Amino acid sequence: MAFTLYSLIQTAILCINAIAVLHEERFLIGFGVDQGVGGFGDDPGVKAQVLTLIRSVRTVMRVPLIIVNSACIVLLLLFG
Amino acid sequence: MDYTPTQSGFRQQPNMRLRNSSVDGVEGSQLFEDMSGAAHGLQTGNQQAGPQPAGFSGQSILSDPMSNLAMAYGSSLASQGREMVDKNLDRFIPISKLKYYFAVDTMYVGKKLGLLVFPYMHENWEVSYQQDTPVAPRFDVNAPDLYIPAMGFITYVLVAGLALGTQNRFSPELLGVQASSALVWLIMEVLAVLLSLYLVTVNTDLTTIDLLAFSGYKYVGMIVGVVAGLLFGRPAYYLSLLWCCAAIFFFMIRTLRLKLLSEAAAEGRLVRGTRNQLRMYLTMSIAAAQPIFMYWLTYHLIR
Repeated sequence: MAFTLYSLIQTAILCINAIAVLHEERFLIGFGVDQGVGGFGDDPGVKAQVLTLIRSVRTVMRVPLIIVNSACIVLLLLFG
Repeated sequence: MDYTPTQSGFRQQPNMRLRNSSVDGVEGSQLFEDMSGAAHGLQTGNQQAGPQPAGFSGQSILSDPMSNLAMAYGSSLASQGREMVDKNLDRFIPISKLKYYFAVDTMYVGKKLGLLVFPYMHENWEVSYQQDTPVAPRFDVNAPDLYIPAMGFITYVLVAGLALGTQNRFSPELLGVQASSALVWLIMEVLAVLLSLYLVTVNTDLTTIDLLAFSGYKYVGMIVGVVAGLLFGRPAYYLSLLWCCAAIFFFMIRTLRLKLLSEAAAEGRLVRGTRNQLRMYLTMSIAAAQPIFMYWLTYHLIR
């Protein structure tokens, strides 16, 4: 219940890491294969939006995650 | 009694006058100028000998040309630094946009607070626009603002400290814990709403700051509940919280209906289609999340 801002940062890093290590094919099998549709119409739908979101997060956050993870590893090693 | 520095005071007098004329606007020199202007007899010399040694060293530092240069350079550096900070800060936090949300006045705050506690009589929930930009909150009760949420947040932290104090559970760190905990819940709620808005592809002109403002309106209800609980006991807390929860639910639905739903659905006509259904569910869940948070953040304060 007593959340701190630090726990929020931890949660965010862990969630983004989880999205980054996702295996797309195995994930899509369980999700409903929507790859071929494209969905440029008026109404992409929730599933297509989720897939787009996951794809874009993985692309955008790849390099910053490397930096943030390295910083976290170093800090945790030094300060416990 | 007999001032030996009197003679030196006399000798220093013409020097003082010269220095006074070269330095302008320094406070010490004003004093000296007044007294040296009335230059008659020993008395002024006596009076001047007193404050002179005190202010003399100050005069010398300020009238030195090198230090003048240093002062000018330092002040220009400070103004340059301030410009740079302003420019860069404006890139990260849109300060000009924030100013819109704080353009409130007492009438607006009073009407809005009344609306948050009793929204059932209000008829026109639309935000009036002025050439594509929404009108400032000062002129329109329906416009969102950040003043009430900010003040509400601070008041909530203080009232939480008060409530904990009456139960002898208070310590100064708890104020910080309450504040950061409420802040984290607020941030998570705003992020969740943003995520769901993205997933349902709602084309709306709700900005992030608007969502922050709407999520911050529940603090008013929480404060009313906690204060009632402190004054009159647990039944009063539950009653007032129930009333405020219902009020906030109604308020959010009425406000979000115009912003999230399509035109036809907002007017109340029944429109079929999964998209409109999704939007309706989204509005309902955002509005329903408010009472949940209100209860979650206050129940531990009333024992």
